[in-house]
Parts: sequence; C-alpha cells; structure tokens
Amino acid sequence: MVSITNLHKKFGSLVVLNGLNLQTPESGIIAVLGPNGSGKTTLIKSILGMVVPQKGEIDVNGQKVKKHWNYRKDIDYLPQIANFPGNLRVQELIDMIKDLRGKEARDRELIDLFKLEPFLDKKLSNLSGGSKQKVNLVLCFMFDSPLIILDEPTSGLDPVSLIRLRKLIQQEKAKGKTILITSHIMSFVEEISDRIVFLLEGKIYFNGTVEELKTSTGEKDFEHAIANILTENHA
Amino acid sequence: MLKILKYSFYDLSRSRWSYVYFFFYLLLGVVLLFLNNDLSNAVITLMNVIIILVPLIGTIFGVMYFYNSREFTELLLAQPVRRSSIFLGQYLGVAISLSASLILGLGLPFIIYGLFQSGAIWDFASLLISGVFLTFIFTAIAFNIALSNENKIKGFGLAILVWLFLAVVYDGLFLLSLVYFQDYPLDKFSLVASMLNPIDLSRILILLKLDISALLGYTGAVFKQFFGTGLGAFTSVFVLILWVVFPVWRIKRIASKKDF
Amino acid sequence: MGRFYFLFLFLGLTTSFQAQEIEVCKSCEVKTIQVAVDRAENGDVIRIKSGVYKEHDITIIDKSLTIIGEGLPVIDAEMEGTAISIRAEKFSIEGLKIINVGRSHTNDFAGILISNSKNFEVKNNRLDQVFFGILLENSSDGIISGNKITSNAKNQATSGNGVHLWKAEKITVKNNEIIGLRDGIYLEFVNNSEILNNLCKDNLRYGLHFMFSDQDLYRGNIFENNGAGVAVMYSKFIDMQDNQFRKNWGSASYGLLLKEINDSELKNNIFEDNTIAISADNTNRINYIENDFKNNGYAIRIRGAVYDNIFERNNFLYNSFDVAYTGRLNENKFINNYWSGYSGYDLDKDGIGDVPFRPVTLFSYLVNKTPEAIVLLRSMFIDMLDFSEKVSPIFTPADLIDEQPQMKRIQW
Repeated sequence: MVSITNLHKKFGSLVVLNGLNLQTPESGIIAVLGPNGSGKTTLIKSILGMVVPQKGEIDVNGQKVKKHWNYRKDIDYLPQIANFPGNLRVQELIDMIKDLRGKEARDRELIDLFKLEPFLDKKLSNLSGGSKQKVNLVLCFMFDSPLIILDEPTSGLDPVSLIRLRKLIQQEKAKGKTILITSHIMSFVEEISDRIVFLLEGKIYFNGTVEELKTSTGEKDFEHAIANILTENHA
Repeated sequence: MLKILKYSFYDLSRSRWSYVYFFFYLLLGVVLLFLNNDLSNAVITLMNVIIILVPLIGTIFGVMYFYNSREFTELLLAQPVRRSSIFLGQYLGVAISLSASLILGLGLPFIIYGLFQSGAIWDFASLLISGVFLTFIFTAIAFNIALSNENKIKGFGLAILVWLFLAVVYDGLFLLSLVYFQDYPLDKFSLVASMLNPIDLSRILILLKLDISALLGYTGAVFKQFFGTGLGAFTSVFVLILWVVFPVWRIKRIASKKDF
Repeated sequence: MGRFYFLFLFLGLTTSFQAQEIEVCKSCEVKTIQVAVDRAENGDVIRIKSGVYKEHDITIIDKSLTIIGEGLPVIDAEMEGTAISIRAEKFSIEGLKIINVGRSHTNDFAGILISNSKNFEVKNNRLDQVFFGILLENSSDGIISGNKITSNAKNQATSGNGVHLWKAEKITVKNNEIIGLRDGIYLEFVNNSEILNNLCKDNLRYGLHFMFSDQDLYRGNIFENNGAGVAVMYSKFIDMQDNQFRKNWGSASYGLLLKEINDSELKNNIFEDNTIAISADNTNRINYIENDFKNNGYAIRIRGAVYDNIFERNNFLYNSFDVAYTGRLNENKFINNYWSGYSGYDLDKDGIGDVPFRPVTLFSYLVNKTPEAIVLLRSMFIDMLDFSEKVSPIFTPADLIDEQPQMKRIQW
C-alpha cells in the first residue's frame, strides 16, 4: 500500500527522518508511535506530500508521491490540529471539500453519527475543540478511500464519540482498508492496532504486532513495553 | 485551480476588508468628483492614490490573507489538488477581488458623473489599468514574502519595507544619482531606472496622459520619443507584465519546495 | 452772394459724386486689375467681379482708391512676387482672395504690401498660400480687419508672417484669422496700435510677436497651438487683456514669452495647457492681475533680472509647477492669489488662508538643475521633499511667499 525507501528529512540542521524504510501491509491498522519529535507527523505529512523530503522515495498504491497530487484521491487524512477557515460555516466547509474531491460522500450519515446537525449553520470559529474534531472526522471519513491516515484522532473527543470513532475505524478496517494512526493514548493503540511501528531518531526502531513488541521487550503490559524501549535508548 | 480561486474569492467576498476597501474607493471617487467638480484634478489626486495606496494595500492584504488562510491552505494540501493550484488560486483570488474593489469603487462614481461623455475617459482607463497591474504585482510580492517567512511579524515588516523601498526610497536614490551624475547624459539611465520600478513606471504611464509629456519634451528627447511611441507603450506594458509573471513564477517555485 | 456760394458747394459735391466706378471682369472692357488701376483717378471705385485673375505685382501709387471684390474674385500670383503693392493715402481693399504669393530669400513678397501709406482699410479678404500675408511698412492710421490668412509654413527660413507691421503708428488689427504662417502677427517699431479679437493658430513661431514696440494694446485674442503664443520683446507699456493662450504644447513652447519688457499690465488672460504659460526674462514693473493659469507645465517661469512684478488675484490651477525660479533672490510680490495646491486652513473665515503659501517647490529647483529629474514628477518622494523644503526653505527663495492666499477660486 505505502512503500517508503530511504527517506531523509531535515528542518534546517535538525534531522527528523534519517533513512527511514517502511512497507505497510495491504490492509489493517498500523499505529505509528514514538517519542515527541521522533518524526511521526513528518512521516505522515511526507506521505501526503505536505512535507518535501530531501531524499528517498514514497509510493502510494504504486504511484510516486513526489511532484504528484492525484494519488491523494485515495487518501483520507485527519490532521492533528483541526484548523479550519474560521469564517466558513460547517455545512459550507463540508460542501467545499466534497466539491473539491468531486466524489460520492456519506456526510449525512457521519453527521448523524457524531450528532453535528445543530452545528451545521455555525461558523467554524465559534465551535469548541471537540466539535471541531468531530467535523474533522466527518471530513476525513466521508470519502471511501483505501488509505486512511489519522493523526491523533482521539484528541478532544468525549467518551461517547470515542466509542463511535473506534467502531468507525473497525468498520473501515473490515472493508479491507489500510489505516495509519498516531496516538498518545496507549490503551487506544493497544486495542485497535494490528501492527506497531515505533520511530526513534528518524528511523524505524520496531515494526511488528503488539504481541511481538511485548515479547521482544519482556514486558507484559503494552505501556511498559513502550516505556522500556524509551528508557533503554535514553539511559 | 478555478475551484480554489472560487473559494478564495468567496471567502474574501465575505471579508469585511474587501468592503472597507471598496467603500473607501467609492467614497474617494464621490468626494473627488462631486465635491470638487473638476475632472482633471480628480484624475491627478487619484493618481497619487493609485501609485501609493494600491501597492500598499496589495502588499498588506496579500500578506494578511496568506497568514490568515494557513488553515485553509493546510486543509487543501491534503486534498487531491495540485500544489501550485492552491497558491495561484489564492493569489488570483486576492488580486482579483482587490482589483474588483478598485474598479467598481472608482468606476461607479465616474460612470454616474458621466465619464463616457468626457474626454478624460482614457486618462481614467490608464489609471485603472495601472492600478490593476500594481495590485497584481504587489499581491504577488506579498505572497512571495509570506511564503518565505513563517514568522508573521517578520513577514509583515518585510512587506512594508519592500513597499517603502519601491514607493519612496527608490525614487530618493534615483534622484540622488541624477543629481550626482548630472554632468553625464542621463536620458537612458533615467529611462531604464524608471522602467525597473513598477510604481515609477505606472506613474509615468499615467502622467504621459496628463501633464508630463510636454515637460518631458522640455528635458530629454529620448524619453519623450520612447514613451510617446507604440514601442514605448508596448515595452512598458511588457515590463509590467514581467513584474507580474516573475513573482508569480517564484510563488510556484517556493510553494513546490515548502514544507507545511 | 449766398446763392452763388450754394451753387459752388453743389458743384463741388457733384464732382465728388462723379467719382468713376470701374468694373473688372473677364467679359468687361477692363479685363485686368492693373489696367483698372492705371485708368482710375483719385477717389475712384474699382469693382472686381468674381473670376480668377492671374496677376502679380499690381501696383497702386498715390491714388486713393476703393477696391471691392464681388463674389470673392481670385488673384493668383502664380508664385511670382507680391500680389498687390500700394503706396497711397485713403484707400481700401476688401473682398479679394489672394493666392500663391511667391517665396524668396531676398524679397519679402506679400499678398498685400502697403508702404508709406495713411488712412487705409484692408478688410474681409482671404489670403491663402501666401509668403507674407499683409505687409505694412512706414505707415499709419490703418485698419486691418476680418481677413483670413492661411498658409502651410514648414520651416522658419522659408515662411513669412501673417500680418507684418514695421515702423507703424495707430494701426488696428482686428477680427482676423491667421493660421499656419511663421508669426501670426508681427510688430516691429509699432506704437500706439491695437490688436483685437484675432485668432492665431498653428503658426510655426509665435502667434503674436512684439519687437521694440511701445504703448500698444492687445485684447480678446486667442493664441492656440503656436510654436509659442505671444512673444513680447524689448517693448514697454504694453496692455494685455482678455486673451487666451492655449495648447502651446511641446519642447520649448510658451504661452507668453516676456523678454526685456517693462511697465506693462496683464489682466484677465487665460493660460491653459501650455508647456510654460509665462516665461519672464528681464521684465520689470509688470502687473499680473486676475489671470487664470490652468493645467500648464509651468505657470510662471522666472529667469534672470525680474524685478518689481506684482502677481495679484490670479488663479493657479493644477499646474505641474506654479512658479519656478532660477535663483534664490526674489524681488517680486505675490499676493491674494488662489493656489489649487494650497492646503492651509482659514480659521477666522475671512476667505484668506491663515498660513502663507510658498509657490516655488524644491523640485522645480532640482528640475532646473537636472532636467532629467522631471521623470520623478508627482512621486511620493518628491512630495515629501517639497514638504520639508516648505517647512524650512534652503534652496528656494525664502521670502517668496503669498501672505494672503485665497481659499476660493477668484471670480473675475
């Protein structure tokens, strides 16, 4: 699905990605983890073409990412911070994105799911952080693309919505999609992900299932396993 | 790109500033025409406005819009849209809406005043054409600056400095070199120097329709011969177009390399 | 005795009534004008019927004749010399059309040449393709009116003047139209004369040109698109009123050029669209009162040695430069004028601005030094420069101030 070879990215003198290689399976949920500043968001943005790497190749569904844009038709992306043009209304924003994609969308269904109906005529600048995140989720999931990238999808959500989101992600997985997730909520990651990709110093330090991670670190608990990697490397 | 342009334009058409800008011109036009009642004087005052204010507003508005629409830009970047389309669409959105405010704001009072019956229509047309060119040029410069500077304050400062340089400092240096080298033939030098700055070039194009043409004849034949002919008009417009094309090309180039 | 006297008077009258009338036409007994002139006696009338008369150097000497063209007869000089030349008293010429006067570098050929004459009138003639139009020398007490003189002057050496007066007194030139000559009207050593309501247009050099002429008046004339409108040189006591100087536009073009002229007055004239409305050089004691200067490059350009001129109640409207000086000295007075560039205020509402106005800008000084600087006209930098110079004058005459600038345009 996504194939990354020898990816290098520096911001000024700060090396963020340093020869990263990654192959994702055809379907399943992959959690991208790592300490702050390990390059998770940079990796995701490189796949989306928002960050231009200095070196390396990224293919999405066999299409090159560099200098292309059409491959993004097959990606649904949920950005980490839900920043929207403030003077648009929710409905207008949804219509605009639909218009830009020119694709069938199930926006009604998702609006119902997240109970966004009363906010449709509100300006985005007047929305709370949680409501913005819901809009963000609607925009992301309303197209039926084979690759879904979620950057911190849980931030700001109330427990009810969180449960709905989990269900939604499972449904998408069941359709055979590839889903890339970053999150700080370890229980969430442990529960839903099929594979863990752990980034450290711009490289993939670990790539395997949750179970494999636990065995390789000798920890029973997922959270401790992650902590183990970090303390070992920073000790 | 047309879709982006549509949304930028739509976004701007709801921004208060577009209306402030439009009503400012409307008021200016009405005051000049109906309180002053002298068309040639109105055109001269308008020229001062156009060569100073239009670049300033284009610069500030361009920088402001770029920084304020960062979220919109990021949203678009994840969509299947060509990168250059996003920025060119936004650029055109700003430049066209500013130009529209200018043309409508000044045009309406002039039409009501009965411009089409007046001989000043060509003076007025050259004013508007220069104004539109300056809007496109300075909005493009503003986008360049904003694209290259993440820091808003720095971007704003730089934009104002560029405006100040082209609107004032450049002419100061120009004058200084004219006075300093007055023993040499300066015809060609002043011709080239005034071509290189879009504000000076627009000013001269407007003045040629007003008072300067005879005064130019008084000084340098080269100047008058050049601007008085079709070649001069063609070259001037060509240089103005270059002033639009080069920054726009640079917007495309920076945008394709920038990380978000 | 009384009866005899009456009879005598009657006889006298009949003799004057018996003045002969000679008709000239192709089918008449007299077929050429020269023959008619030769046959005519003092006081006779020559009536020229319409037709083309190919004659030149028609000469009238010491005969008081009335020559009348009927139906605009054409005298075609076929590019050979002068059409008509006259030396006489009490004569008049009217209603003729004179064309194709010869050109020469050595002789001043003219449509009508009048010399050493008195009490005459030349009216309502049409002169076309002439070298000189009406040329007058050593004459006095004449009227030249209602003539239309046209030509196609290309360069100064091979063209002549429309109405050319040399050494004349008490001449009135009025209601003429003079288009496409070298000078429209030229006066040299002409005193006590009046130039009224003429139109001088498209002339190569000047619309009206005074040299060494004093005590003259010109009023109500229009000078348009000439090399320069009017030049007044080496003259004094010239009265200039109600004239319009327009569109004298181009390099080194003037509306009015004053050079070595003293004790004169300019009143109620309109200067519009001239490169330089008035250029003054060595002019003293001239009053400029109630004139309009509108849309000129320079309204008034003061060169050297200009003293005791007074500029009062004039309107300076949207000129690129209102007043330009070459030096820092000012011996002239500007007062009660209206300046469109004035931005002061009038708190006491007496119609006079509370802050004085400085009509000379630093920029005009700079342009004078470095002419190419004109390309910076109306730029923001120049405006700022001019403003600072106005606050504290360094280069421009500090005492050149209109202490009482008017707030409203002066109606006169």
